[in-house]
Amino acid sequence: MTEPLLSVRNLRVAYPSAHGYSDALRGVSFNIGQEKLGIVGESGSGKSTAGRAIMRLLPPKAVVTADEMRFAGIDLLAASEKQMRDIRGGRIAMVLQDPRYALNPMKTVEAQIMESCHLHAKCSRAEAREQSLAMLEDVHIRDPKRVTKLYPHELSGGMGQRVMIAMMLIARPEIVIADEPTSALDVTVRRQILDILNERVEAQGAGLILISHDLPMVADFCDRVLVMYGGQIMEELAASDLDKANHPYTVALNESLPPLDHKVEKLTVPDHDPCWLEQIQ
Amino acid sequence: MTSALEIIGLSIAFGQGNSRVQAVDHASFRVEPGRSFGIIGESGSGKSTILRAITGLNDAYTGEILIDGKLLQARRSKEFFKTVQMVFQDPYASLHPRRMIRATLAEPLEIHNFDQKDQRISQVLRDVGLAPEFAYRYPHQLSGGQRQRVAVARALLLEPRILLLDEPSSALDVSVQAGVLNLLDALRRTHGLTYVLVSHDLRVVAHMCSRVAVMTQGKIIEELSADDLRNQSAKTEYTRQLIQASRGKAPA
Repeated sequence: MTEPLLSVRNLRVAYPSAHGYSDALRGVSFNIGQEKLGIVGESGSGKSTAGRAIMRLLPPKAVVTADEMRFAGIDLLAASEKQMRDIRGGRIAMVLQDPRYALNPMKTVEAQIMESCHLHAKCSRAEAREQSLAMLEDVHIRDPKRVTKLYPHELSGGMGQRVMIAMMLIARPEIVIADEPTSALDVTVRRQILDILNERVEAQGAGLILISHDLPMVADFCDRVLVMYGGQIMEELAASDLDKANHPYTVALNESLPPLDHKVEKLTVPDHDPCWLEQIQ
Repeated sequence: MTSALEIIGLSIAFGQGNSRVQAVDHASFRVEPGRSFGIIGESGSGKSTILRAITGLNDAYTGEILIDGKLLQARRSKEFFKTVQMVFQDPYASLHPRRMIRATLAEPLEIHNFDQKDQRISQVLRDVGLAPEFAYRYPHQLSGGQRQRVAVARALLLEPRILLLDEPSSALDVSVQAGVLNLLDALRRTHGLTYVLVSHDLRVVAHMCSRVAVMTQGKIIEELSADDLRNQSAKTEYTRQLIQASRGKAPA
């Protein structure tokens, strides 16, 4: 196997609380190459924390430790803030949940995409403008010339998410972390956005980490899935095997979803077995 | 048999002149007593606007709304709210953050001059699967699922016969959603309630409802049974696309 793009060993994140430290992540390890990796779990399972820890975007009071967190030969934990500025948005990009909050409301679409291009690709303004128009076309925006002059509040949710994907992918990152990229969108638009994300990621040969709570979507879209609970990885499996999962937690999550093709009298409510919280060695 | 709720030619528009938006366009449906009726559609299709019109939060509508065969006046009577109650989408926004759960729950009882307030509050909390001690907590001390249970409890306090549910589980995790949906289903059976449930999640609607209306751009384009929804025997192209999208497969 080739060298993974990003390798994480025993990543731990803890926050100071009234009773010492409370752990948000308790020893998470995974590798990612040029593939689509899904991370699923409930709120509070630590999936977003894992994504943010890789980007070093956690608040300063969070205590982050790991045996290894290496991206393309760079130790992410030891990297200087200057190096991180280059990596963040340049080599590892992050697509966030809700474009209404993640885009700058005071800047036009063009200004935001150009800024990303200008900072990371180090090109001139004219080139940046040209590239951002081309990028908007790549994310299937019909009339890029008009859209680029708009402000975020004038965009629909699906359009805003495309703009964010354009902004994140214009710097040609090696890894894209998509944190719930479709949960703020309607079901009918979700698929389009995922297809666009997929198309761009494949065209640029990047790795994708898709963080989501939507099991069927992840099973359909990713190659490999990590199921998280209580800050630990419960199970790692191929996406196509998600409905044949072994771990009781994954099985329970699958069953709690109302089925679309047959009637059930009562939904299964997952019981959280306290032993899942015990440290996995 | 008279319908518990009937809507005839309901139209609602916002704005004037060029910026006029027809949010709901001649919507009609009827719900039999004890049944659960679902409305699905994308954001902006007007599904929540219909519920707001029924409760009287928006009285600028044309058309007729009938409860038990009786036409509603533009101004809702106090009696109306003992029959119809609404549960809102976001339990993080619909509970007053500075009031104890007990105060939140006592308010409707005071307005309607109910006796035995404390007993009623403990009973309703038990009904929704919470311990009576939860009355002495504040909303921030509860999880999302617990808050939604409190919101359901508040709607149940006045012993209504019709519950309007506006995306009751969309702010919750799937595992928590399962619990809340089971609760709503059980309450409907035991109390003989009639539901109108609005959601964008086809799975939730197919599970909870016996009949479903599909809305887009303010119009109800199709009404079908939950079985038709599962067998994918929808008549309109739009509904078929919606079903496909919810199944997580690319539209063919």
